[in-house]
Amino acid sequence: MSFFNYAWDWVTQSANWHGAGSIPQQVLAQLGYAGAALLIAALIAIPAGVAIGHTGRGAVVVINIGNAMRAIPTLALLILLALYITFSFLTWLVPLVVLAIPPILVNTYEGVAGVDPGVRDAAKGTGMTAWQQVTRVEVPIALPLILVGLRTGAIFVVATATLVAYLGLGGVGRFIFDGLDSYNYSPVAGGALVLMVLAVLVLVFFAVLARLVVPAGLRKQRRSE
Amino acid sequence: MNWSWIPAHGSEIWAYAKDSALLGITPALLGLVISLPLGIVAARWRWFNAPVLGVVSVLYAIPSIALFFALIPALGLTDTNVIVALTLFSLCVIFPNVVAGLHAVPDSVRQSATAMGYGALRRLAMVELPLAVPVIIGGLRVAVVSSISLTSVSQLIGVYSLSYYLIDGYQRQFPTEIYVALVLIIVLAVACDLVLVGVRRVLTPWMARS
Repeated sequence: MSFFNYAWDWVTQSANWHGAGSIPQQVLAQLGYAGAALLIAALIAIPAGVAIGHTGRGAVVVINIGNAMRAIPTLALLILLALYITFSFLTWLVPLVVLAIPPILVNTYEGVAGVDPGVRDAAKGTGMTAWQQVTRVEVPIALPLILVGLRTGAIFVVATATLVAYLGLGGVGRFIFDGLDSYNYSPVAGGALVLMVLAVLVLVFFAVLARLVVPAGLRKQRRSE
Repeated sequence: MNWSWIPAHGSEIWAYAKDSALLGITPALLGLVISLPLGIVAARWRWFNAPVLGVVSVLYAIPSIALFFALIPALGLTDTNVIVALTLFSLCVIFPNVVAGLHAVPDSVRQSATAMGYGALRRLAMVELPLAVPVIIGGLRVAVVSSISLTSVSQLIGVYSLSYYLIDGYQRQFPTEIYVALVLIIVLAVACDLVLVGVRRVLTPWMARS
């Protein structure tokens, strides 16, 4: 049998859709871990990226920190924290936040730093304060790239939140690790399929979000290019 | 931290580190080898670009972690499984950069090369690809660092590497092993990253040394 046979058989069993530890429950748990981590990462990385992109100071540092943080293996951080702070929310939150920061930080920085200098000068020339320049001109123009960063971060954390279940917590990883422990491949395949579907849904979600929040003027401009 | 554990397990640590290097670097190189021809074709014939980029962005969304488990029926609990999953990931990071790097070559440069008598192939090899090197290596850096970092979960599907120390250290509540794995995985990733920065410098001697 192939992966899809196993996964489909498991996903279509109605017993897996009801009660404690069902697919909807674990998906919600997974989205909870991922959402919390993405929110906190965004609260750290977006202001930092905007500030550095606007002032141009510390650009080299951002790129290098972004790259260095990518090297940190999430599972190692997760396990290390689990050994020292037995099961507080920080155990799963910190590694996932660390995972989501680099793409958001680097894209936000590049978006803001890449704003056309002419546009920047025009904003200044019309008498905007620094705050107005940032919030009304630079951030809206950088928004498509900021969203790309958030999307990448979201894809990372939604997938990697699976590892949280290795520590005995919930989420889609529960199916995978319980299946592996009991030498039963069906839930492993089912869990992997659920992860893939979640990832594609994240992609769709951000495509819709980009349509909704990117200023109309920017979209028109791009179409005419 | 139990320092004496490290020298006592020196040869074992070295062997696992080599496994991690193999599992992490191979996919990035395979990703490059596949992305180069695909990217060159996509950059030249734009109609090829949109469908490939569509496939690539969906593949990119498919988590490597899910792929590790999804490939079990086809490839088993093997190195090949890990390498195939990470190669797909690398491909998705490198291919867009190959296309972007080639597109970023200014038309004036391309025309100058043609005016100097360069044919399409020679122009590609001598002018366009060298100019695209920084962007391509940028993608390769992300691919190799992420791949090495992702090998840290290989032990979950029974593939031995430094990842073994994470799982063993957790099960035995022995932090030394976890520190060793964490530090060595980061060192390996950073070392590969630095090598690529060096390669870029050698290949693009005209660029400012920054």
